[in-house]
Amino acid sequence: MKIVVAIKQVPDRDAPVRIDASGKWIEESGLQFAMNEPDAYALEEALRLKEAQGGEVIVLSAGPERVGTTIREALAKGADRAIHITADDLGTRDALGVAKLIAEAIKPESPDLILTGLQSEDLGLGQTGVILAELLNLPHASLILHVEATGTGLKVKRELEAGWFQEIELPTPAVLTIQSGGNKLRYATLMGIKKAKTKEFRAVSAADLGQSSAPTVTLGQIALPSKQRSTQILSGSAKEAAAALVEKLKFEARII
Amino acid sequence: MGFKFQNVDFLHLDAGFSEDELLVRKTARGFVDDNLVPIIEECFREGRFPRELIPTMGELGFFGANLEGYGCAGMSNVEYGLVMQELERGDSGFRSFVSVQSALVMYPIYTFGSDEQKNTWLPALAKGEKLGCFGLTEPGFGSNPGGMTTTARKSGDGYILNGEKMWITSGSIADVAVIWAKVENEDNRVRGFLVETDRPGFSAKDVHGKWSLRASITSGLSLVDVHIPASNLLPGTGGLKSPLMCLNQARYGISWGAIGAAMDCYSTALQYAQTRKQFHNQPIASHQLIQEKLVWMISEISKAQLLSLHVGRLKDAGKVGHEHISLAKRNNVWMALETARMARDILGANGITDDYPIMRHSMNLESVKTYEGTHDIHALILGHSITGIAAY
Ligand SMILES: Cc1cc2nc3c(=O)[nH]c(=O)nc-3n(C[C@H](O)[C@H](O)[C@H](O)COP(=O)(O)OP(=O)(O)OC[C@H]3O[C@@H](n4cnc5c(N)ncnc54)[C@H](O)[C@@H]3O)c2cc1C
Repeated sequence: MKIVVAIKQVPDRDAPVRIDASGKWIEESGLQFAMNEPDAYALEEALRLKEAQGGEVIVLSAGPERVGTTIREALAKGADRAIHITADDLGTRDALGVAKLIAEAIKPESPDLILTGLQSEDLGLGQTGVILAELLNLPHASLILHVEATGTGLKVKRELEAGWFQEIELPTPAVLTIQSGGNKLRYATLMGIKKAKTKEFRAVSAADLGQSSAPTVTLGQIALPSKQRSTQILSGSAKEAAAALVEKLKFEARII
Repeated sequence: MGFKFQNVDFLHLDAGFSEDELLVRKTARGFVDDNLVPIIEECFREGRFPRELIPTMGELGFFGANLEGYGCAGMSNVEYGLVMQELERGDSGFRSFVSVQSALVMYPIYTFGSDEQKNTWLPALAKGEKLGCFGLTEPGFGSNPGGMTTTARKSGDGYILNGEKMWITSGSIADVAVIWAKVENEDNRVRGFLVETDRPGFSAKDVHGKWSLRASITSGLSLVDVHIPASNLLPGTGGLKSPLMCLNQARYGISWGAIGAAMDCYSTALQYAQTRKQFHNQPIASHQLIQEKLVWMISEISKAQLLSLHVGRLKDAGKVGHEHISLAKRNNVWMALETARMARDILGANGITDDYPIMRHSMNLESVKTYEGTHDIHALILGHSITGIAAY
């Protein structure tokens, strides 16, 4: 099975973020970047499918030069080759614009399966994978935790609300957007890190892909969440208060 | 209960590491955070070596990481050092196991071994399917290994080994022991032998009652008329220089490892000082005396990082001297011990419990200060190097 995994480099989760002078993006100098978490799960799923089925895993990422670090990490983890869409102006494109770039880069590969993360940890739009499917005219499913090849197509486990799952089948080629947590992520082995240097790493510029139309969606402004303290006193008997607390922890704070 | 480790990089050295170096550290850091940190306090309490982590480390390429071929990862010395740093951030005893397997067992086989020995042992040791130990120290000879009394006598087409080795890391779990002995028929020249631990006459007994390196196995070895074939002699060994070459490899790794232990203590102390409040509802980090301690720690850790990085680059360029490695081992272990002690102080009563890693690091580092050449012996090595006069 030939699988393309689209991965995005995003600011590291623990990195302290500051808003830049334009007020439209964060200050990138001195920032640490990492592989978008759902994309790391998409890569993991692809590598497991390859190990079970044979085939090839191609990682693809769009972005400036620094994205190379994340691409090489994917190669070190076991992807076979990489395509880097070099673009310094991704911030000025909307999800449709980025998906068009990715679609153009994928077309000549004619893969059996395309995986993306469910959403990115920075913008959180959750659209790129879905638009990509539309542009490529392929069936798609989102929020996928697990993929199994059935010989004729795919059987996938999809996450619904409140602990419910759905199992669906779809033909290949297809696009799936992967949810975090379906598998345990592997580490890059030291041998893998060494081997990554010998793998094919192809760069194609956004200009060569010929897609640069004006964005239909533009980002107006970003802001840090304002800190707010709101203390709530739960009334009623201890039993009633405890029940209300559990309810809140479950559905508002979502921590139990 | 402890705090999540925060990277310690005051001088922005990370910006100077290569992409591969950072990836190697990420793998080792992830492995330690996910697999070792959650169980280490319990292992230390129970005096248990977490053997179950060996296969994963084998898969990741941690054993003999800076050797080429035979299933080894072929890492640079800086990359190897970063792995040691992360492992010892987890625990010095755990790192000791990897140091012994890599620098004291695989390195001598790789450097002094025959092709047959290399092909037999290295791939299995790299995967962690076979384990090794290094027997140099004896009950009567520690800092002065040249005085050793273990002997090898040529007999027919092999050797007969007799003697006692003491304080041997991984002794009772090893499949093969690298034993250093004086060869009677060769003017008592010191040579290295591979001794399979299931040979008649070989036995290992663990040292109990250790307050240090409790998550690592330390044993005494006894060799009574142990017959080995001549093919078990490490052919390239000759004289005390051979085991000292192995120690150099391990000491180099320790210089990085000690930084890891210190980083963990500092990261814990800093976060504790920022959250613990005393007097006027102020975090203790706001007090000048606490700040001075934190500043001492970060200064010394930063200097140690520069030192090991520089020595590592020298080693990668083939230009390192044993005295450079002595300087790094001596300085970094000392600074880690002092850092652990200051961190313990900052945590107050909490500092003495195993809810935090500090007391464990403190106790571990006492061994690290002693083994692989004590702090003072390294002073003498350095003194010898700069004055030309041996003062041992
Ligand atoms: C946990 C642990 C694991 C170990 N693992 C191994 C292993 O795997 N393999 C192995 O072979 N060994 C191992 N060792 C042994 C270690 O290398 C020795 O303990 C070390 O070399 C010191 O020897 P010693 O303990 O006999 O101390 P001694 O040599 O008796 O030294 C005692 C003190 O005297 C000082 N001293 C000695 N000579 C001089 C001098 N000339 N001038 C000034 N001061 C001097 C020393 O600095 C030290 O402070 C291990 C030790 C420990 C604690």
